[in-house]
Amino acid sequence: MEQILANGLYLGAQYALIALGLTLIFSLMNVLNFAHGQMYVFGGFVTYTVVAQLGLPFIVGLFASAVVLAVIGALIERFLFRPVIRKSHREESTMLLAAGIAFFLDAVILLIFGEKQRGVPKIMDGVLNWDFRIIMPYDRILIGVLAIGMIIIFILFMQYSKTGRAMRALAQDRVAAQLMGVEVDRYSMIGFALGAMLAGLVGGLLVTITGINLGMGGPTSIKAFLMIMIGGAGVISGAIAGGFILGMMESIGLTLLAAYGGITYLVIFATLMVFLAIRPQGLMGKPWG
Amino acid sequence: MQRRVLIKSAVLAALTAMISPATSYAANDVLKIGFVGVTSGPAAAWGISNQRSMETRAAWINETGGYKIGDTTYDIEIVAFDDQKDPKRAIAGMEKMAQEEIHYVVGPNVDDGAAAVRPVAEQNGIMYFPYAFPKSLYQAPASNAVLGMVANYQSGPAIYKHLMKNNGVSKIAFVAANESDPLSQRDSGAAAAKELGLEVVSDSVTYQVDTTDFTPVILPVLKAKPDLLVLSGVSPANAPQLIRSARELGYTGLISTETAQDAKVLQEGAGELANGFISVGGASTPELASDMMREFVDRYTKMFGEYNDESNTKVYALEYILETLKANPEGLTDVEAFKTTMDTFEAPNIYMVGDAKLSYVGTTSFGQKRQVAVPLVVNVFNNGEFETMFVATVD
Repeated sequence: MEQILANGLYLGAQYALIALGLTLIFSLMNVLNFAHGQMYVFGGFVTYTVVAQLGLPFIVGLFASAVVLAVIGALIERFLFRPVIRKSHREESTMLLAAGIAFFLDAVILLIFGEKQRGVPKIMDGVLNWDFRIIMPYDRILIGVLAIGMIIIFILFMQYSKTGRAMRALAQDRVAAQLMGVEVDRYSMIGFALGAMLAGLVGGLLVTITGINLGMGGPTSIKAFLMIMIGGAGVISGAIAGGFILGMMESIGLTLLAAYGGITYLVIFATLMVFLAIRPQGLMGKPWG
Repeated sequence: MQRRVLIKSAVLAALTAMISPATSYAANDVLKIGFVGVTSGPAAAWGISNQRSMETRAAWINETGGYKIGDTTYDIEIVAFDDQKDPKRAIAGMEKMAQEEIHYVVGPNVDDGAAAVRPVAEQNGIMYFPYAFPKSLYQAPASNAVLGMVANYQSGPAIYKHLMKNNGVSKIAFVAANESDPLSQRDSGAAAAKELGLEVVSDSVTYQVDTTDFTPVILPVLKAKPDLLVLSGVSPANAPQLIRSARELGYTGLISTETAQDAKVLQEGAGELANGFISVGGASTPELASDMMREFVDRYTKMFGEYNDESNTKVYALEYILETLKANPEGLTDVEAFKTTMDTFEAPNIYMVGDAKLSYVGTTSFGQKRQVAVPLVVNVFNNGEFETMFVATVD
C-alpha cells in the first residue's frame, strides 16, 4: 500500500505540473492548447541537448528549457493566437490553430532532434528501500520534490505577485480586468509564455527519468486534458487535484488490476465518463465556465 | 535594383535545385521502389530507420553508376509514404504505389497495416516486404507478402532455449505494451515458452506506450520472481525505461526482447543498468560485419548525422528485391516471375563476413518461401555496445 501511495504521489506531482500550464492558458485565453504535449517534448529535448550534447549541468539544461519554451510560447501567442482571436470569434479557429501548431512542432522536433528516444544520465544514484515497503530511486524522489516545489512557487506567484494577480483578474472577468487597467495583450502573452514554460520544465525534469521522444507529445496532451477535465478546466487548484487524482488512479489500477491486463485505462476512462456525466464542469470548475 | 537582383538570384537558385536531381538521374533509367511505413508519431523510429536504410543504399548505388538488371542499368529511386501507423493511411500509401506503377514495396511496419494493404497489393501486382508477424500474410493462398525480418515466434524460442541451457532459466515472465503487435508477440512468446517446458509466472501485465513511470507496471511482474523477463515487442523508446525500473527495483535476473534495439538509446536511457540486456540485431557487430556493412553504416551516418542500430535488420529488404530482379529481370514487370525466382534464388550476403547467402526461407513457418533469410543474430548489450551472443538461422 505504501508503494502504491508513493508511486501515485510521484506520478501526480509530474502530472499536476503538466496540467497547470494547460489550464493557465485556457483560463486566460479560452484556448485549448493541443500543442501542450509537443511543448513538453521540446523542453525535454532542449535539456537533453544542453546536458547530454553540450555537457553542461542539469540545472542549466532545466533553465534553458524554461527560457526557450517561454520565448516560443510568447511568440506563438503574439504572432499566431493574438491575430486569430482578434479576427475570429469562433472557438474552433483557435482549436484548429493549436492543432496546426502541434503538427508543426512535431515536424520541427523531428528535423532538429531526430526520431530516436533520448535520455540524460541519472542525476542521482541509489535507491531508497524502506524495508521493502517503499522502493524508490533517489532521482525519482528528487524529481517529485522539485515538481512539488515548482507547483508551490507557481501558486505563490499567482497569488502574491502583481503579474499573477493581473492574470487571475483576466481569468475571472476579461472585460472587468480591462476596465480596471489590466493590459490584456501583455498579460495574455505572459500567461501563454508561463504555460509553455511549465510544459518545458516538466519535459526537462522528466528527461532524466523517462527520456524523451518525438511521439510523446500527443499522448501527453491527452493526459493533460484528462486532468483538467477531472479538476475543472481553467481552475489552478483543479489542475493540481486532477493531476494527483489521475496519478493515484494509475498507481492503484496498475497494481490492483495487473492480473487483468490493460484494463487500468479502460477503468479510468469509464470512471471519467460517468463522472463527467454527473459533473461536467469537473471537481472545481463552474458550470457557467 | 538590389531587390530585383536578389529575387532573380533566388529564382535561379530554386530552378537549379529543382533541375539538378533530374540531371543526376538522366544517365540511367529509374527503378522506383516503394516504402510504406510509419515515420511519424511514437513508432517513428521503426519506419524512419527503414526509409533511411533504403535511401542510403539507393544513394550509394546511384553514386557508383547504378544497378544493372538484365541489359539495363538503373538508378534507384525510393518513393516513401508515411502511414502514421494507421491502416487506412497504409492502404492509401499502397494505392499511391499502384498509381505510380511500383511493383516492389518495403513495409508496412506493423501487423494491422500489413494486413490492411494485402488486397491492394494483390489486386495491383505488388510484392511487399512487411515487418509484421501474422502468419496468414505469408501462408497460401496469400503470396505477395515477404516477411522482411525474423519473427518473434522464430527468435523467441531460440533465445529461450539458449538461456535454459546456458543460464539455467526455468521461470519466465512477459510484459507488453497494450497494443496489437506487442500483445500478439507476448502471446506467441508465452506459448513457445510453455512448449519448451518453461514456467510462465506472469504474462498479464501490460502498459500504455505513453507511460512515464514504469515502477508500478514492473512491480507486480517482479513479485513473481522470474529468471527471465521478456519485454515483448518493446519499442526502443520504452526499453531503457523498463530495464531501468526493473533494475532499480532490485531485479537481478535476465531481461530480453525479440525486437531490434539501438545501443545509444539504451546507453542514454539506462546506462550500465542495461548491461546484459538481450535483443535481436542484424549483422553489424564487429565479429560479423563485412566491409560493405561498415561502409553502409558510414554512409548512413554521413547522410543522416547518426546511425540507428535498428537498421542492421532493415538493410536487407531492398538488397533482396534488387538481387532477385537481377536474377530474373522479367520480375521488373511481372511479379509472378519474381515469385517463381524466389524458390531457387541465392546470392552472396554482402553485409556479413564469411560465405553467408541471401535466399528466401519460411517453409517451416509458412509452408512456402515467403521470408528473407536474414541472420538471426542475438546480441547482448554491454557498456554501450552490442556483442554477439549467438547466431542462428531460420529455415
